[in-house]
Amino acid sequence: MAEVDIKNYSLNFGPQHPAAHGVLRLVLELDGEVVDRADPHIGLLHRGTEKLIEQKTYLQAIPYFDRLDYVAPMNQEHAFALAIEKLLGLEVPERGQYIRVLFAEIGRLLNHLLNLTTHGLDVGALTPILWGFEEREKMMVFYERACGARLHANYFRPGGVHQDLPPDLIQDIYDFLDPFIQSVEDMETMLVENRIFKQRNVDIGLITAEQCLDWGFTGVMLRGSGVPWDLRKSQPYEVYEKLDFDVVVGKHGDCYDRYILRLEEIRQSVRIIKQCIEELPAGPVMSENRKVGPPRRSDMKNSMEALIQHFKLYTEGFKVPEGEVYAAVEAPKGEFGVYLVSDGSNKPYRCKIRAPGYAHLQAMDFLAKGHMLADIPALIGSMDIVFGEVDR
Amino acid sequence: MVDLFTGLVVALSTWLFGVEPSAWLAHLIGIIVAILVVTLPLLIAVAMSVYADRKIWAAMQMRRGPNVVGPFGLLQSFADGLKLFLKETIVPAGANKGIFLLAPMITFTLALIGWAVIPWDENMAIANINVGVLYLFAISSLGVYGIIMSGWASNSRYAFLGALRSSAQMVSYEVSIGFIIVTVLLCVGSLNLTDIVNKQKELLELGVPFGFVFTPLFPMFVVFFISALAETNRPPFDLPEAEAELVAGYQVEYSSMAFALFFLGEYANILLMCAMTSLLFFGGWLPPIDWAPLYWIPGPLWLILKICFFFFVFAWVKAAVPRYRYDQLMRLGWKVFLPLSLAWVFLTAGTLVLFDWLPA
Repeated sequence: MAEVDIKNYSLNFGPQHPAAHGVLRLVLELDGEVVDRADPHIGLLHRGTEKLIEQKTYLQAIPYFDRLDYVAPMNQEHAFALAIEKLLGLEVPERGQYIRVLFAEIGRLLNHLLNLTTHGLDVGALTPILWGFEEREKMMVFYERACGARLHANYFRPGGVHQDLPPDLIQDIYDFLDPFIQSVEDMETMLVENRIFKQRNVDIGLITAEQCLDWGFTGVMLRGSGVPWDLRKSQPYEVYEKLDFDVVVGKHGDCYDRYILRLEEIRQSVRIIKQCIEELPAGPVMSENRKVGPPRRSDMKNSMEALIQHFKLYTEGFKVPEGEVYAAVEAPKGEFGVYLVSDGSNKPYRCKIRAPGYAHLQAMDFLAKGHMLADIPALIGSMDIVFGEVDR
Repeated sequence: MVDLFTGLVVALSTWLFGVEPSAWLAHLIGIIVAILVVTLPLLIAVAMSVYADRKIWAAMQMRRGPNVVGPFGLLQSFADGLKLFLKETIVPAGANKGIFLLAPMITFTLALIGWAVIPWDENMAIANINVGVLYLFAISSLGVYGIIMSGWASNSRYAFLGALRSSAQMVSYEVSIGFIIVTVLLCVGSLNLTDIVNKQKELLELGVPFGFVFTPLFPMFVVFFISALAETNRPPFDLPEAEAELVAGYQVEYSSMAFALFFLGEYANILLMCAMTSLLFFGGWLPPIDWAPLYWIPGPLWLILKICFFFFVFAWVKAAVPRYRYDQLMRLGWKVFLPLSLAWVFLTAGTLVLFDWLPA
């Protein structure tokens, strides 16, 4: 009998696939239902963000960061603002710092809520996502009330935040928190103890701490494997030092651990937001340095110089001293870093963005190997991939 | 039921035309009328069950569900049906055209012909055959052909994988469904569905509510219901069309009426499984307890109520649970349900023989 050549079944998973979380294209080699090889193809959402930023003044470049991880936009702006401030040696007024932390944590809630619910959707639980989005919508409204946009905020500026918060918004955020935690807990009763959900997630996508470090994982992916590394604690920026919160770590490094971790991080974020609101000091929200901050509206009505300064700031921008700097924040998905090279002009010479999702996606092949086809969506879900930041 | 309509045809014809039709013609017309009397309401019920499914699902998710077309959105399914009817049937270039179009027809037809043996009341089935359960079992087993043919003929990888999953799943769960039916049959001593329900009437008279469900057969009811979920490819066993993995499984290449036939067939099958659960374990057309005023409500209404209840549970489960993985599904079928139902067959048979309770 002639030898039969057995070929693997290759399946093109995405880019137009309901569980591909954007435009991920995975070429899967299947042996029956078992995945032999997973080959992630990226670049379908590449917009050349880094190159575009080189053509724009520092202020004009901020909106590009909203469009990276569009699930938690302000967290990306944060890294960019921090990088510029580092180069300028700029101090952010305390109220501005608190407001930044407040909205960075709301961004974390937005991200984790989306991830938890879509993770449920990926393993077939259709209900939590609609419950979760009810709450998510309310937070989007907070975004809108702070900066005028639901998604692409452009709120964190070098030197602080664009505008002060309306006073009733602060109270509304505070009132929102307790019912929010309650409804998240309600939502989780659907999944956390569910046997099918556990069967689908426990021991799926196991990563050891070593592998995490080798592949440059950060955020929940790293903490899920038991490494207590959180930039908010290890290299505190803004006012995180003054705030009381815990870094939660997992034990096994599987999808289920990461799920539980995100759930717990939601609770911690709520704690942080509460403290921020309670301790929110009075004062300006934007640096008084008129090189980077716009003049007051009232001044512009009376002072020629203020008007000129406003015009110059928003057209020519400000010059940033020569040098290079790396600034990173603990974005909801992991370490989001901006490496900025300035040649002393009003535009960055180079802006390299370190997106956590890009590093995590590398794990796709060795994580998927030996798992079944149905585990692929669970894996993608638990890696928390958003293509805006992977492809940039 | 056929006899009833045959009699009606004869009476009507004699009254209208003054001639008595030949016996075979009257019988033929009687059969056709009986089929129409069951099928037409059934098709409307299928359309409404799609609506009900969406509404229940929406309520679980704190949404409103369809509420635009007609009062409370009641006409949504008909609007969807019309839309699908007017769409172009797209046959993929690589598909095997004949089989591709045959598959949804098979699924739909099989989903409907199962209803031929469902007794709506004493002497109220289109065909009151003495192997009714066997017939239902055979029809539901044949259902896999529609799916596997569609998966093969689509010439698409997602569809193919979906069809493979589906056939493996349906074959596996039929084994335990078979054994569950055997336990019921042992207690009844007949394969006739009317006899099965009548046996449960004796239970009612003994004070057991509903029927076999509140007897030691209860675990079998649970297993049967879960297997029914698997047999109809409903969540948590909707692997053949698992959206997150296979997009839509075997339906992925279908559009227009071909898709509609699959869709309607799926819901007709769900209703059939609900009817089967009601007949085997919940006393079919009988009221829940043996109390005279309850018998004033006509039998078919009781059966419909029970079907509605089980349909609600189907929809409820859909909204509440995640999906099993393929190997876990197989493990549940072969390592849990099969031994359990097999053990119950032995237990039932042993008990019946030991106490000499075997039905004559």
